[in-house]
Amino acid sequence: MDRAITRISHEILERNSGSDSITLLGIPTRGAHLATRLAMKIEAIEGNPVQYGTLDITLHRDDLRMRPPRALMPTTIPTLGVENRNVILVDDVLFSGRTIRAALDALGEIGRPASVQLAVLIDRGHRQLPIRADYVGKNLPTSLAQIIKVQFTELDGLDAVTLEEGAL
Amino acid sequence: MRHLLSIADLSSTQAIQILDTAEELSRVSDGPMKKLPTLRGRTIVNLFAEDSTRTRISFEAAAKRLSADVINFSAKGSSVSKGESLKDTAQTLQAMGADAVIIRHSASGAAQRLADSQWMTGSVINAGDGTHEHPSQALLDAFTIRKNLVHGANDLTGIHVAIVGDIIHSRVARSNVLLLTKLGAHVTLVAPPTLLPTGVESWPVAISYDFDSVIENVDVVMMLRIQLERMSELFFPNAREYSHYFGLNRDRLKMMKPTAIVMHPGPMNRGLEITADSADSARSVILQQVTNGVTVRMAILYLLLAGSLELGVHL
Repeated sequence: MDRAITRISHEILERNSGSDSITLLGIPTRGAHLATRLAMKIEAIEGNPVQYGTLDITLHRDDLRMRPPRALMPTTIPTLGVENRNVILVDDVLFSGRTIRAALDALGEIGRPASVQLAVLIDRGHRQLPIRADYVGKNLPTSLAQIIKVQFTELDGLDAVTLEEGAL
Repeated sequence: MRHLLSIADLSSTQAIQILDTAEELSRVSDGPMKKLPTLRGRTIVNLFAEDSTRTRISFEAAAKRLSADVINFSAKGSSVSKGESLKDTAQTLQAMGADAVIIRHSASGAAQRLADSQWMTGSVINAGDGTHEHPSQALLDAFTIRKNLVHGANDLTGIHVAIVGDIIHSRVARSNVLLLTKLGAHVTLVAPPTLLPTGVESWPVAISYDFDSVIENVDVVMMLRIQLERMSELFFPNAREYSHYFGLNRDRLKMMKPTAIVMHPGPMNRGLEITADSADSARSVILQQVTNGVTVRMAILYLLLAGSLELGVHL
């Protein structure tokens, strides 16, 4: 996982010509941890602090009505905001693309970034919307029945991505 | 949780969840775009059979910021003044497809009656019923206290609150006593014996008839409005005497702890229970209460209405 994060960090820096214009926004819970990891890595490479924060998308989800109410997670926007920044949304797994659609709506409410890019650790396919990731840790083709579990040391005590067979 | 009828129905976990949700929503209210799409397509009816400014407008603003459709319905100028019953009114609202009814009524238990009946299927939110409860007010008061005085914890342990004045007629006091003690605060009621309800000894609070001995020890002074419209008999000799013993004035303000805050649920009788300079002083968080009222009510509407209504929602 660390190697994938290192590679994504370099790709982000290459594409944006350094870290000055970028703002990393992680989608809670695990996307936020991944964004922090990426920020630390980029800071280590560049030697400058990086703008990073979290973006909660719960209020913009299109499946709110299908489930019991969800708890809201914190949104923390770094000091420079998102206006005219190259915002990089960060999430652990890219699946249907609906989370990212909600994130784009949530982001539009905060300001107008110069560009929005997407970094994910795992792309498992099965998109339901025309959304793709700019930076992918690993493409992992899955069946709909399978369950992907991403674990981070900060939360779960270890770094791991596991693929479980579930029942459809 | 499908309805919000009484603080007594809430666990402390549920109450804290409402406060935490409001905390996140307050960041949205502070941002440039105040409108969220979350309750698009839901219809909320404000059924106000008793006068109100703050609560009605606050619920309306909260619903609109979440993109719900709001229908305002007050007893004056509707068929209620022609003698239509609560049942017929409720069935009419049901037929129009209301997802939630926010009800204020002069009869204690009106919200409970509406929720227990089969007249309508939507959520019922109690916005004040007689002298019984006013749960959303207590939640916004707890939220305001937490924001100003609590750092790091999510409940109110260790906070000492004095609730002063017309306790007997106050649904705000009842809801606050239940909620603040549930969240770990210590509550002292201060009032002349005539303004304390019978059975108050069994409440989980301390009682005092002497404002001056209490005021220097508390973190929050919550003043209540003298509800002249509910007073059919004499509860104190005259207004001047009441102000002298139980009003908040400049001298009492000086006796308060340096960090202590002044609250009032509004509307205020300036000059009776609170002097103008106390209400407008730097310690007063009365306008903050109004602002917080909108976010707390957004949290209530979100938690009651955003999820699936069919699944039987659990908070």
